[in-house]
Amino acid sequence: MDHWIQFWPRTAAVNGEVVNALYIAELAVCGLILMTVVGLMFSFCVRYRAGSTASRANLTEKTWHWEIGWTTATLVLLLIGFVWGAAVYIWLYKSPLGDLEVYVVGKQWMWKMEHPGGQREIDALHVPVDKTVRLLLASQDVIHSFFIPAFRIKHDAVPGQYETVWFKATKPGTYLIECSEFCGTEHAHMKGEVVVMEPAAFALWLRDQGVRESLAQEGEALFREHGCSGCHGENSTVHAPSLVGVYGGIVHLQDGSAVRADERYLRDCILLPRTFTVAGYPPVMPDFSGQLGEDDLVKLIAYIKSLAR
Amino acid sequence: MATITAGLPTSYVTSENTISSWLLTKDHKRIALLFFASITFFFFIGGIAATLIRMHLATPEGLLQPDIYNRMFTMHGIVMVWFFLIPSIPTTLGNFIIPLAIGAHDLAFPRINLASWYVFNLSGLVLLYALIMGGIDTGWTFYTPYSTLFANGYVIAATLAVFINGFSSIMTGLNFVVTIHRLRAPGMTWMRLPLFVWGIYSVSLVMLLATPVLAMTVLLVAMERFMGVGIFDPARGGDPLLFQHMFWFYSHPAVYIMILPAMGVVSELITCYVRRPIFGYTGMTYALMSIAIISFFVWGHHMFTAGISIYSAVVFSLMTFFVAVPSAIKVFNWTASLHKGSITFDAPMLYALGFVLLFTIGGLTGLIVATVALDVHLQDTYFVIAHFHYIMVGGTVSAFFGGLHYWWPKITGRLYPEMWARMAALLTFVGFNLTFFPQFILGYLGMPRRYYAYPPEWQAWNVLSSAGASILAVAYILPLGYLGWSLLRGERAAPNPWRATGLEWQTSSPPPKHNFERTPVVTAGPYLYDPEDGGFIAQNGAVNA
Amino acid sequence: MRSLQPEIQYATLSQQGETAQLGMWVFIATETLFFGALIFTYFIYRDAYPKEFAEAGKDAVLWCGSVNVGLLLTSSLTMVLAIDAAADGRRRHLKNWLLATAGLGIAFVCVKGVEWCLDFAHHDVPSINFIMKPAEAPAGELFWVFYFIATPLHALHLLIGLGLILYMLWRVRRGDLTPAYYAPLEVVGLYWSFVDTVWIFLYPCIYLVGRS
Repeated sequence: MDHWIQFWPRTAAVNGEVVNALYIAELAVCGLILMTVVGLMFSFCVRYRAGSTASRANLTEKTWHWEIGWTTATLVLLLIGFVWGAAVYIWLYKSPLGDLEVYVVGKQWMWKMEHPGGQREIDALHVPVDKTVRLLLASQDVIHSFFIPAFRIKHDAVPGQYETVWFKATKPGTYLIECSEFCGTEHAHMKGEVVVMEPAAFALWLRDQGVRESLAQEGEALFREHGCSGCHGENSTVHAPSLVGVYGGIVHLQDGSAVRADERYLRDCILLPRTFTVAGYPPVMPDFSGQLGEDDLVKLIAYIKSLAR
Repeated sequence: MATITAGLPTSYVTSENTISSWLLTKDHKRIALLFFASITFFFFIGGIAATLIRMHLATPEGLLQPDIYNRMFTMHGIVMVWFFLIPSIPTTLGNFIIPLAIGAHDLAFPRINLASWYVFNLSGLVLLYALIMGGIDTGWTFYTPYSTLFANGYVIAATLAVFINGFSSIMTGLNFVVTIHRLRAPGMTWMRLPLFVWGIYSVSLVMLLATPVLAMTVLLVAMERFMGVGIFDPARGGDPLLFQHMFWFYSHPAVYIMILPAMGVVSELITCYVRRPIFGYTGMTYALMSIAIISFFVWGHHMFTAGISIYSAVVFSLMTFFVAVPSAIKVFNWTASLHKGSITFDAPMLYALGFVLLFTIGGLTGLIVATVALDVHLQDTYFVIAHFHYIMVGGTVSAFFGGLHYWWPKITGRLYPEMWARMAALLTFVGFNLTFFPQFILGYLGMPRRYYAYPPEWQAWNVLSSAGASILAVAYILPLGYLGWSLLRGERAAPNPWRATGLEWQTSSPPPKHNFERTPVVTAGPYLYDPEDGGFIAQNGAVNA
Repeated sequence: MRSLQPEIQYATLSQQGETAQLGMWVFIATETLFFGALIFTYFIYRDAYPKEFAEAGKDAVLWCGSVNVGLLLTSSLTMVLAIDAAADGRRRHLKNWLLATAGLGIAFVCVKGVEWCLDFAHHDVPSINFIMKPAEAPAGELFWVFYFIATPLHALHLLIGLGLILYMLWRVRRGDLTPAYYAPLEVVGLYWSFVDTVWIFLYPCIYLVGRS
C-alpha cells in the first residue's frame, strides 16, 4: 500500500494471515470492552453528577455477586485469547523441515544469507512463492532480531546459539526485513528485502548467481582443513563417532541424557565438545571455540547435514 | 521561604527554618518535599530527552546524529524508570501521607528515610556523571553481550548508578512495610486501611523482593565489563539469555511498582469526589495484593521472541493473562464506584477519570501483546512502546498529578487555582492520546523501537505523535506555574477542604511537626461517604468535619 | 544510667524494639534475594558445565573454608551468649562475649586474606592472575568469577557486622544496653547470624563441588 498514510501492513505469507485473524478478533473484543467501560463511565458521570435528581438510595451492599460475575466473564474471554494465541504461537515457532533452507547470519549491521547451493546475499533474501522456507538464524556478535513485518514473523538471533524460523510466502513482491533488537549505532539501517519470486524465476536467479560450490562442498573443504576428517573420516583410526546420518537422529551422551542432533547440537559439539561427549567415546575432541566464525560453522553444518545414510 | 509561609500557622514547614533543619530532618513530611525536588529535577531531564526524541522522529531521517539519538532514548528510559516513575508516588505522596493516614507520628525509621534520599541523590550524581561524560546507548535494558562487550560508553557508571538507586528503593520499601505493620493507630485494622495505604504496602513488598535481584544483575554486568570476564559471553561459557531472565525478573515487577501506588491514589480520589464508598473495598485490596504476587511470575513475556522454550513461553503467557484479571477487577470496581454517587469534576477527579480510561487502554493492549502469537509480530515495535506509555504515563503520571493536586492543600496549606488545574488535566488527556495512540498503528505496521530513522510512509503517524508530545509538554509544565503561584498567593486551606474521610484530613493544613496533637483513635472504616446528602464520617469518628 | 525514651512515633520502648527487629528481618529478606540471585547464577552455570566446575573447584583451599565455617559458627554462639548476658544485666560478660565475637570475625577475615593470597599464587584470580587449565575451559573461569564476587561481598557484609559490634561495645560503655532495652543488640545479633548463614550456603558451593 503506497498511500500517503499507511493504516495496515501488507500481508504476504500464510503466517501473516493467521496472525491477522487473531489480531482483528482481539482488537474487536478489546474495543467492545473499552466501549463498555467508556459508555458506563460517561453515563454514570452524567446521570450521577452532583446536583442531579437521580436516586442515590440503596447502594449495593453485597458487591461480591457483581465482582465474581465480571471476573468470571473476563477470565473466560481472556482464556479464549490465550489458548488461540498459544496454539498459533506453537505453530509459528515449531519450524517444519521446509522445502528450502536458508542460513542467515546477522552481524553489525547487515544480514548475510547463504543458500545451500552456495548463493550468497547481503541484506536480501530471494525465495520462491508458496514454498515453506526454513531459516536458521545465527549472530556473529550481539543479539539481533530478524523481523519481516509483512509475514508477521520475528525471531532473535542470539550469539552462541542457533534459532529457527519459517514462513510460506503467498504473494510475489518485495518486503521489508528489519532488525528489531537494538544492536548499536546503525541498528535502524540493518535492513533488507525479501524478494518473493515465482518458482521458475527463482530457479533462474539461483543459476544466475554463478556459484561454483555449494555450502556443503565448502563445508567439506573446511572439514578437511581443520582436521575433522582425521578422526571422523571413514578411514580414521581414532575412535570417534561417525557423522554419516547423524543429523536428525537421537544421540546418547556420556552423562546419560539423549538429545536430538539438530543444528544447535552440531554447533555445540564443535565448540563445546567436552560438554557433549557421546556415550562410549573418550572426551578427546579438541574444541574449536574462537577458531571458527559463524560463516564457517554454517558451512560445516551444511556439510554434516548432507552426509545422509 | 518567609513570603511562602507568611501568615500560616505553626506547622512542619514553619517550625524550624535553617538549612540543616531541612537537610538533616527526620520529619517524613520534609523528606517528602526533599524527594519531590529530586524527582521533579529528573522528570525534566527525562522530559528533555523525550522532547528531543519526538522532535527527531518528526522526520524520517531526523536531526540528531545516530549515536546521540541512541543515547537519548537510553537516557530517557533510565531516568524515567528509576529516577522518576519508581520513586515518584512512594517517596513523595507516600512519605507524606502514609503516617498521617494510619494515625502515626512518623515512619518507623526516620533516619533510614532521610538516608534513602541521600542515597537517591548519590545515585543521581553517578548517573549524571555518566550522562555528561557521554552517556550510553544500550537502552535502559542493558542487553548483553552488547552492553558488556560492544557498547562504547559509560556502562559501568550507569549500572553503578542503578545499583545505588536500588538501595534507596529498598530503604523506602522497608520503612513502609514495617510502619504499616507496626504503627497503625489504635482501631486501624487492616481492613480499615485506606486503599492508598494498601497500594503503598503492596508496592513495598514488590520493591523489597525484586530490587535485590536487579542489584545483583547490574553488578554482574559491571563486573563483566570491569574485569573482562565472560559471565554473559557465549564464547566463554556465558549465556546472554540468562541476563535477560535475571533482568526481567526484577523489571517486570518494577512496572507493577510503578502502577500499584497509582491505583491506590486513584481509589482515594474517586471515592472522595463521588462521595460514596468505593465499590468492593475487599476485592480491591485482594486485587492489589494478587497483582503484587502474580507480577513475579510473568517476566518471560518480555522474551517470547528471544529463544526461550516455546512451552515456557506459553506458561508465561498464561500467567500474564492471570495478572490481568485483578487489574480488570479494579477497572470495573472504579467504574461501578461512579454508580449512585454525587460526582464533582475537580482537577484530581479529572486526572482519576483519565487514569481509568488510559489504564484500560494500556491494559487491554497489554492483553494483545500477552497473546504469544501476536507478540511475535509486535515485540520490539512501537506497539509495545505505546502499551507501556499508556500505563506508565497515562496511568502513573496522571495518578501522580491527581494525588499531588488532591493533597496539595494538606501539604502546603494552600489551594491551587481550580480552573488552571482542570485545563492542565484536560490538556494532558488530549496531548497524551495524540502522542501515543498513533504508535499502536505504527507498531502493527512494523516500526521497530529504538530506530533513529524510518521509511517515509510512516511519517504521518510520527508527526501526529510529535504534535501530541508538544501538547503534553505544555500540560506538564503548566502545573509548575500555577502550583508555584499558589504557594505565594493561593487561598489558605482549611484542614479538610475536600470533606474527605481519611485521618490525614483530621489535622491542620499543613500538619504540625508531629502530625497529630494526640494519637487518633480509629472507629470507622474508610470511605463512609453518603452520596445522598454529601455527608461523611471520618475514620476517627468525626461527623462532617 | 540514662532513662531511655521511645522515639515520638512509638508508644512504648518495647514497641520500638520489636519494630526494629521486624525491620532487620525484612532487610535480611532482601539480602537473601541478593545473595540468592548470585547463587542461582552459580547453579545455572554449574548445571551446564559440571565437569569444568568440578575441575576449577579442585583449587579451592578446603582447609581455609572449613576453618572459617568453624570460626563463624562459634561467633554466632558468642553473639547469642552476649544477648543472653544483656538480658540478665551481666555487663562484663556482655562486653567479653561481644569482644569474642568481634575477634572471631577478625580471624575469619584474616583466614580469608590468606586464602586469597593462595588463590593468587595458584593463578586463580580472573582478569588479574588467571591461567586456564585445559580441563576447565571455557566455563571454569566462571567458577572463580563467582568465587571472587561472592567472597568479597560476604567479607564486606562481615566488616559491616564488625563495625556494628564495635558500635554496640561503645553503647555498652555508655550504659545504653540494659535488661530494660537491649533491642539494638538483638538487631545486630540477627544481622550477624545472617552473615553466618550466607557463609554456610557459600561453603558447599565453593569447597564441596566435585568432591562428593
